[in-house]
Amino acid sequence: MGTNQEEKKALAKEAKDKLATYGTDINLEDFSPETDEHPYQEDLSTFSLSDQEQMLKAGVDLSSKNRSGTFVQKDHSVVHCSATQQGMEIMDIDQAREKYDWLHDYWGKAVPVNMDKYTARAELHQEHGYFIRSLPGAKSIYPLQACLYLEEDNLSQDVHNIVIAEEGSELHIITGCATGPHVKSGLHVGVSEFYIKKGAKLTFTMIHNWAEGVAVRPRSATIVEEGGVFLSNYMCMQPVGTLQTYPVAYLVGEGATALYNSILIATPGSEIDVGARVFLKAKNTRSEIISRAITTGGKIIARGHIIGEVPGIKAHLECKGLILSDEGIIHAIPELEGHRKDVDLSHEAAVGKIAQEEIEYLMARGLSQEEATATIVRGFLHVDIEGLPPELKAEMDKAVEISEKSLL
Amino acid sequence: MLSIEDLRVEVEGREILHHVDLEINQGETHVLFGPNGSGKTTLLMATMGFPDYQITGGKILFKRKDITHMPLNERAALGIGLSFQRPPTIKGVKMRQMLEICGKGDKNVESMAHSLDFDEFLDRDLNDGFSGGEIKRSELLQLMAQNPDFLLLDEPESGVDLENIALIGKVIEKLLEREVGLHKGKSHKELKRERKKAGLIITHTGYILDYLDADFGHVIIAGEKCCDGNPREMLKTIKEQGYDECVRCCGLNESVLSKQKIESE
Repeated sequence: MGTNQEEKKALAKEAKDKLATYGTDINLEDFSPETDEHPYQEDLSTFSLSDQEQMLKAGVDLSSKNRSGTFVQKDHSVVHCSATQQGMEIMDIDQAREKYDWLHDYWGKAVPVNMDKYTARAELHQEHGYFIRSLPGAKSIYPLQACLYLEEDNLSQDVHNIVIAEEGSELHIITGCATGPHVKSGLHVGVSEFYIKKGAKLTFTMIHNWAEGVAVRPRSATIVEEGGVFLSNYMCMQPVGTLQTYPVAYLVGEGATALYNSILIATPGSEIDVGARVFLKAKNTRSEIISRAITTGGKIIARGHIIGEVPGIKAHLECKGLILSDEGIIHAIPELEGHRKDVDLSHEAAVGKIAQEEIEYLMARGLSQEEATATIVRGFLHVDIEGLPPELKAEMDKAVEISEKSLL
Repeated sequence: MLSIEDLRVEVEGREILHHVDLEINQGETHVLFGPNGSGKTTLLMATMGFPDYQITGGKILFKRKDITHMPLNERAALGIGLSFQRPPTIKGVKMRQMLEICGKGDKNVESMAHSLDFDEFLDRDLNDGFSGGEIKRSELLQLMAQNPDFLLLDEPESGVDLENIALIGKVIEKLLEREVGLHKGKSHKELKRERKKAGLIITHTGYILDYLDADFGHVIIAGEKCCDGNPREMLKTIKEQGYDECVRCCGLNESVLSKQKIESE
């Protein structure tokens, strides 16, 4: 272990009780840190049907041929990892660290290990995570998929993921987080760092399918270089205990772009605090943050923060919330911060119920009140995302479809 | 086909229509005139069944069924269709999807859209950023897919440029089965006899009558229907002498118009 790593451990130790800026504080001691190892499964078809089903709900298709690679981590064990396309790497992050000495330079660069107690936790208790990389100029034909699965009840899962899109490459990833059918509570802490090199493009679609009592604290950040594109789609539409995440993107190269879309549904008892923050640090950088939130009784805080640091940048923030129950709360907090006179920042936020006028419009065309409501809700959750491969669009549509049934 | 008897309608607790009677038979097209705020739109909305337009007296029969208290969507299913003046935008619902809803999925959406030069709007969000004229075309296209037996059209020509008004007139003609000379081998009389569709059209300017013939006209003033007759004659009178003449002609108190103006403001 190099000095650099020892320093990081030391920093993490100092921050191990450092409260996070947002979200209910979680007592890390409430969760069990140890569990048995699961065996490696070479053949994806040997996964139990219930596992496959849970993962499928999070967009991870173990039967699918339309994937360029698959990584599955169950609790603290990497149980499967395979890549099928040249130029695409997918592996256990610990193996990657052994293989690539240079990976240490990326570790903790975008997400500081001492950011809060959760990043410290991930540093000190890290059990695997994935490493995904597209080599220079390589373009993924099909998306790569990664699944972080909690099978054991009341376990703490702490992972560190690193994704690198090398120069001129194009990488599409879908990650699903899911819990086994017996999980009632648990903690997931995931540090994810994304590095997008000159002219590269990364689309990252993440579908969360947790259980009612699960606490989730992802910590992620992205650094985008010249002309790079980062497109993040995040969906959390199934019950969760408490979820707080505020990913950041740093647009450091000229013409870099970051787009965040999130779709959030809070059922009764769910507490969701999700945002996106983008620093526009170079000329002609561009960003858009869009969120759609629906509550059927839970609480959602939808944050967004755009920081324009140089002239000639453009960014937009859009928060829309639909309250379907009087028990639910949606709190939209859009923030725009301009540091130069020549910045173009805008936002649009609206929170409320479904407009009666819209329901009546559809009813006049023959739909019943229930059908009209469902059509409007489906439309609300439907966001056109430019540049998303059809396989991922299909997974997102599927996830919306599943959630709809429980919504209405 | 539609028979309105002694209808009284309240909006936000205020009676807008007082004791209105109207009879429209199969195959007929009627036109409704009246100054702003006279209750024309209220009559259409109450006929379609919007809950904000509360029927407090009288009844509406459609195809011999009492629909006075029937929900909107059931009236639509019975064959009543309405073009909205100011329809809401529904984000995420595509024009194409709306047409499939209207046509219950078994209509050729593409070719219908093409006939209204509306192809490029199919994958746009419903009414999102549509101009006044585009709204009209969108509404008519939806009605085309819905193909109702009875049409309620609220100022179909307003906001439409001259170039498109002829197109809109043609489409309405078609929806009302009033096209001339298209059916081979049948005389006009026969066609007229076979005509199933009927409609009630609100027009403010009357321009639409340059492109479409109507059978009967009615004038509504201050919530009362005060005149029935030949629509062209009515339009001519209104154009030349204004609604003041209608007030005088119907023996209404002359303060009716100014009072109504104040209320509608």
